[in-house]
Amino acid sequence: MTTSDTVKSAVSADLMRQVADAENRHDPYPIYARLREKRVNLLADGSYALGRYADVVGLLHDPRVSSDPHHASNPGSRLLVDNGPFIQRDPPDHDRLRSIATRYFGPPVSPGVVSGQEPEILSFVSDLIDALPASGEADLVDHLAYPLPVSVICGLLGVPKSDEEQFRAWTEDIVRGLDAEQQQGADDLIRQRQQAQVAMFGYVTELVQRHRAQPDGSMLSRLANDHAGQQMTDGELGATSLLLLIAGHETTVNLTANGVLTLLRNPWALDRLRADPDWVIPLVEELLRFEPPVQYLPNRVALADIDVDGTTIPKGASIVLLVAAANRDPDRFAHPDRFDPDRGDIEHVGFGSGIHYCFGAPLARIEAQASLTAFAGRLASPRLAADPPPYRPSPVLRGPLHLRVTYDKRG
Amino acid sequence: MRVVVDLAVCQGYAQCAFLAPDAFRLNGTEGLMYQPNPSDDLCRAVLRAVAACPVQAIATDAAVPAPADAAVPAARAGDAR
Amino acid sequence: MPGRPAAQRIVVVGASLAGLWGAATLRKEGFDGVLTIIGDENDPPYDRPPLTKQVLTGWVAPDHTVLPHLEPLGDTRWLLGTPAAQLDRRAGEVVLADGTRVPYDLVLIATGVRNRPWPASDQAALSGVCGVRTREDAARLIDHLDAGVSRVVVIGAGFTGSEVASACRHRGIDVTVVEQAQAPLTGALGGVIGDVAANLHDANGVDLRCGVTVQALEGSGGTFRAAALSDGTTVDADVAVVALGGVRNTEWLADSGLASGPLGVAADAGCRAVAVNGLVTDDVFVAGDVARFAHPLFDYQFLTLEHWENAAVGAQVAARNMICAPEDRRPHACVPTFWSTQFGVNIKSVGVPSLADQIVVTQGSTEAGSFAAAYGDRDGRIVGAVTFDHGRWIDHYRGLIEQAAALPGPYDADLPDKREPARFPPHPAASYHGPTVVVTGHSPTAMDAVRQPAGRSAP
Repeated sequence: MTTSDTVKSAVSADLMRQVADAENRHDPYPIYARLREKRVNLLADGSYALGRYADVVGLLHDPRVSSDPHHASNPGSRLLVDNGPFIQRDPPDHDRLRSIATRYFGPPVSPGVVSGQEPEILSFVSDLIDALPASGEADLVDHLAYPLPVSVICGLLGVPKSDEEQFRAWTEDIVRGLDAEQQQGADDLIRQRQQAQVAMFGYVTELVQRHRAQPDGSMLSRLANDHAGQQMTDGELGATSLLLLIAGHETTVNLTANGVLTLLRNPWALDRLRADPDWVIPLVEELLRFEPPVQYLPNRVALADIDVDGTTIPKGASIVLLVAAANRDPDRFAHPDRFDPDRGDIEHVGFGSGIHYCFGAPLARIEAQASLTAFAGRLASPRLAADPPPYRPSPVLRGPLHLRVTYDKRG
Repeated sequence: MRVVVDLAVCQGYAQCAFLAPDAFRLNGTEGLMYQPNPSDDLCRAVLRAVAACPVQAIATDAAVPAPADAAVPAARAGDAR
Repeated sequence: MPGRPAAQRIVVVGASLAGLWGAATLRKEGFDGVLTIIGDENDPPYDRPPLTKQVLTGWVAPDHTVLPHLEPLGDTRWLLGTPAAQLDRRAGEVVLADGTRVPYDLVLIATGVRNRPWPASDQAALSGVCGVRTREDAARLIDHLDAGVSRVVVIGAGFTGSEVASACRHRGIDVTVVEQAQAPLTGALGGVIGDVAANLHDANGVDLRCGVTVQALEGSGGTFRAAALSDGTTVDADVAVVALGGVRNTEWLADSGLASGPLGVAADAGCRAVAVNGLVTDDVFVAGDVARFAHPLFDYQFLTLEHWENAAVGAQVAARNMICAPEDRRPHACVPTFWSTQFGVNIKSVGVPSLADQIVVTQGSTEAGSFAAAYGDRDGRIVGAVTFDHGRWIDHYRGLIEQAAALPGPYDADLPDKREPARFPPHPAASYHGPTVVVTGHSPTAMDAVRQPAGRSAP
């Protein structure tokens, strides 16, 4: 490596630290733009970050890229449990586990499950808006973006809503430590995350036992009592339940909150949505491009030396795929920094791509569409109390902590 | 309405089959079958499926009519926040 | 072309996918002159792949397969129900079978293929003997299936035949599939994958007879009753589906001076038709199943690709090249992609597997019926790939083919690094009795090539 390359790498490493820095949480996109300047960025911990659309999509479809942290030569804190959920597995285990989980969630076996949730989602959203003050101020994270997905995922999985406070705390610790290496106080974050993970794993394991004793129609119940075809072991079932419970609400809350925020920053879009509720369909897709709730995928591993544009990502190296950067790659999207639901070409990677494409994507879409339509339609002249709003700590699962919104009247 | 899916592009993400199960079905784990001419009452669901396709493989000549007052400013806010 | 007046009249011959996509692209690219679309079927352009899948299984009605107009076609003249009979290039006219002459400045040939008929016409005329190329074919076959049948015999285990067999099994109908090769899909994917396909047929209760041919279709009272096979056995059945591939619709071009014949209409990489003498034309373009074009990625070999995507993309490239400035023309160079769904398995292929000598299974398991495999040519370059229920990986292989990369080894650690012969059948001997071309002229600069009528010996 030449001296100038070393200097550039130092810059790259620093850029990823800046992404993780809470100071930049409200707007990491200029930093992503700088990370896109080079196709491959070597980071301080020896991992490689890529942010161009073609490279991110290419590596998401590359069989030499593993999702299993066991393959990393320096897995760091990534090895949390021996028995990872399917997002941390490679084929054939990944395919087997995901297909079993899909059996009770979507097609081909259960095609109507997600779309069948819509009436309940619409009515719950309506209730949430009804519960807001008639005029004045409300936190739309606490009172809209968060409660909807939690309620939906609890109902779908068969998790008692009364346990929400408990698993919310665990989830926060787990999410905060997702990419601890890049953050300040990494050791504490990792320790907290591991404690929360163990506790939450124990919780879902117990829940599964309860479903064995008293089955109902929920997903966990059906998975726990599935004796046809391939089955999950108890460990796999625990890992899967943990994943679905966390991912089932943790990403949608950010999608919705980012949506409310983006609409408030673009009053023309808010007006348009109010006039044309179906416009929410392309709007949510553009949101997934413009402000993706999952900003990057920090845990991929090279299974072989991979050459990208003359740089070799060595076997065993960790790979960070910057989907939020890819979504704003000017080589892929015209005027990428403009929020434009009418752009037509919105082939974003907000939900990833390839075999690990977001499991809950259709549910997240329906929830976000319902929330944003109701927000636009029912709150008159909403204004943001603080812009930027305070953000949640994670740079990976990025979204506002609170969204204090004042409005003239609730409709 | 008339729909066509470019199955050379389709990768079986099944978002269409989740969102519009009356118009799109999976045959096995990733083979897509669909209604090329679904009835008009499925229009909204189909348009949702079209938008949600991760590889933009679904094309249709139906569109939700835009409201008359759908004014869009030439220079939009949000370009650079 | 500089100085040349913009085309005012464009004629598209063929009203299926390629014709419609070509017409839509012409409008999208700004052509506002007179657009005429000629088609031999009465129906407006419809999509054919669903016919052997969701239509045959009964979910979709045959006439619910109309293709969308992705661009408003505006004022377009549709001449449907009468085939084109001649291309008069000197007059600049397409002549229809009823004598109508349609003048053009530019013409797009997209006449596609028709079902290869059962060779004995009296046997083909028996009630119960069907093809599945057109919507009418599908409707007729469904009528037979709906009436209740004891067994269907499918002649030919290519993709169409296999999909028909799959749909019949889906409907609970007994099926016998007769295939001349040693396994299904061998022509397109080779014998290694053919063996996997054979397992699919077996696992789904198809009575698969490979290495034999149907000698005769037997009937009584004008109705099909049984198929006599070359191994001496007889299959009693009520319906015979002839799935022996297609015949390219090029007969109408016989006098056109174009390099056309049973192999298709020759074209350059930019979809411009090639004349008999090897010169590229400037006003005749070709797209879809009938186009035999030089593919830059495969050593400029002339390839005919009977794939949906080749028709869709080729038509767009051709239409654009018809009306753009010559220096803006682009080649139809995309990597061929094909798909089939049968017996609940999604099969995709990229590249041109049939150009390969060797194959290596790279991901998954052929035993489990879920895998990816890559094809290499004799130089060890990747030329194709196939996936069975591994479709999300196909883009990786497409990328390798685009870069003319080396044939990869297995990606899964537990797979053996085993490259084996891909086992494609030898290309069918030139059994075509088409016209030949001879060279005339007495000096090197005064030579020309002309078509020699069939049956006459070279001078």
